[in-house]
Amino acid sequence: MADRFTKSMARNIYLGGSVFFILLFLALTFDTMQAMPQRDNRAQLTEAAARGKLVWEQNNCIGCHTLLGEGAYFAPELGNVFQRRGASDSETFKAFMHAWMNAQPTGVPGRRQMPQFNLTDQEIDDLAAFLEYSAGISTNDWPPNIEG
Amino acid sequence: MQYQSQAVAKPYFIFALMLFAGQVLFGLIMGLQYVIGDFLFPAIPFNVARMVHTNLLIVWLLFGFMGAAYYLIPEESQRELHSPKLAIALFWIFAVAGTLTILGYLLVPYAGLAKMTGNELLPTMGREFLEQPTITKIGIVIVALGFLYNLGMTVLKGRKTVINIVLMTGLVGLAVMFLFSFYNPENLALDKYFWWWVVHLWVEGVWELIMGSILAYVLIKTTGVDREVVEKWLYVIIAMALITGILGTGHHYYWIGPPEYWKILGSVFSALEPIPFFLMAVFAFNMANRRRREHPNRAALLWAMGCGVMAFLGAGVWGFLHTLAPVNYYTHGTQITASHGHMAFYGAYAMPALRGRPDGNSNKAQVVEMWGFWLMTIAMVFITLFLTGAGILQVWLQRVPESGVALGFMATQDQIGLFYWLREITGVVFLIGLVVYFVSFFVDKDTEIQSA
Ligand code: HEM
Ligand code: HEM
Ligand SMILES: [Fe+2]
Repeated sequence: MADRFTKSMARNIYLGGSVFFILLFLALTFDTMQAMPQRDNRAQLTEAAARGKLVWEQNNCIGCHTLLGEGAYFAPELGNVFQRRGASDSETFKAFMHAWMNAQPTGVPGRRQMPQFNLTDQEIDDLAAFLEYSAGISTNDWPPNIEG
Repeated sequence: MQYQSQAVAKPYFIFALMLFAGQVLFGLIMGLQYVIGDFLFPAIPFNVARMVHTNLLIVWLLFGFMGAAYYLIPEESQRELHSPKLAIALFWIFAVAGTLTILGYLLVPYAGLAKMTGNELLPTMGREFLEQPTITKIGIVIVALGFLYNLGMTVLKGRKTVINIVLMTGLVGLAVMFLFSFYNPENLALDKYFWWWVVHLWVEGVWELIMGSILAYVLIKTTGVDREVVEKWLYVIIAMALITGILGTGHHYYWIGPPEYWKILGSVFSALEPIPFFLMAVFAFNMANRRRREHPNRAALLWAMGCGVMAFLGAGVWGFLHTLAPVNYYTHGTQITASHGHMAFYGAYAMPALRGRPDGNSNKAQVVEMWGFWLMTIAMVFITLFLTGAGILQVWLQRVPESGVALGFMATQDQIGLFYWLREITGVVFLIGLVVYFVSFFVDKDTEIQSA
């Protein structure tokens, strides 16, 4: 680095740059929060869905699955499982979820296994409501196809 | 060691290395579960192994950062640590709380752990990397406050240098961003939005300040280059880190709910994020070339340079690979993500922690240490390459074709099993490298005994 570029110039870029971008980031966050009601599907965030989120978290489902592409990469994406396995219909999906959760683990030798979580019927309903709500978040058309 | 109180760093480093070994073992368990799905099931389901793997990573890095800070701050401030007793007390609190949490993951079903620790009162569990029970999170905050108080007092009463001020800024930032882990709204899109304030703003924000200042310190020590020059570099690096990294958070906002403009913002700013990593690599080599002395600890310089290169490859190159929105549309949440996560974490944050060893190692010990360095580093390069191969195939089979034609997730995984086997074998090489690295600690003792 040339000598004309002094340490205090470098420091000013650091301080000025950080403050500027922190403020800009906060402003953009504020704007995003204004836009979210139209995008985050809060209309479907029912009490059942909220309870379902807790079931999701307290069984660490994210430790194997992705949800909207985030999580672990060991098991399928569940942000669109409502479309994939429920044909975008609440009752079909609920029925699928009950059958699925109760059938685990499959016990097929060598195949990746999903544990039996011993959920109550109510908890499975809540989980279904949560995944249905999640499936309605505006994701800019992600994932590219139904396989997630 | 110039100051007695620097010795408190030692237990931090030793414990960090023990946790690292645990992390790698659980990595290998998961790697095997990737190909033999029912391995250790139901004793250790994949999600449990993963929590242990990633939480050990985070906790041992925190121990490493703390150890580095306890070592570096007294020397930079030219005075003893404010309270070595507090530092030791906090070590035990953190070590016990951390161990209990990991045991909790392994011995109690997660839902039971949530119940036992009253998660429903303030639900924060069950989100990736933030799986710790809420009380553990509160414990982390308390330890962090005590730690910052201790160092803050030391710096306040002592000499203030660019290095210790930047390090303190990074550590305070680390603690502040962690507070967002307590914000867990029912609204999934908002939950995710602020989850990234912890995860992204850590690894691509404040941790870069920590890493930059540690690197600057090591380079001053090992090369004897003028402090003014090093400090100027440090400022430029962290300026670029924050200027690009803060809005770079947008590369996580493409597909989780936020408005479409983040595609442009996130792409542009995160595409610039490799710059600070590139500068760090150039910095390390430049200083090494201009060195004014041959420091007895050649291994430390090797780690410093290796870290610069690997951080640039892992974070810079592999990050850039999938950061533009049109690419990320296909790669989001695939093995490509995992490949990048591995090399970036190893290069940028694990390597600096592994390098933490003071001057007086015998030549023989350093040779063994360098073997450990090369084995681990080359293994990590290949782990990354194999996961990248797996990821490209996964995208090709599962993501690119239209619905109906595309292969399902599980079927795709079967197709790419070969790459997972290769990753697992390379993982074993990594473990061997780690063992060699551990052995280098004991080589010293033997020679001492022999010469005595
Ligand atoms: C023997 C070596 C290792 C093996 C076999 C291994 C294996 C794995 C596996 C299977 C996963 C889970 C991927 C999934 O979610 O499906 C994982 C996650 C992870 N590992 Fe490792 N690992 C190893 C070493 C390391 C090291 C040395 C580091 C860092 C220094 C590391 C950092 C991570 C991180 C950050 C994640 C989360 C990645 C993400 O969310 O994208 N691992 N590892
Ligand atoms: C040392 C610095 C870095 C570390 C430790 C790191 C680590 C990680 C990890 C662990 C993930 C996975 C998170 C998850 O589980 O969901 C991730 C995701 C990501 N990183 Fe980094 N990263 C670093 C720097 C960068 C840089 C500089 C870039 C861009 C140039 C970048 C681009 C990305 C992108 C685009 C994703 C999202 C991948 C997806 O959509 O699935 N990272 N990073
Ligand atoms: Fe990021």
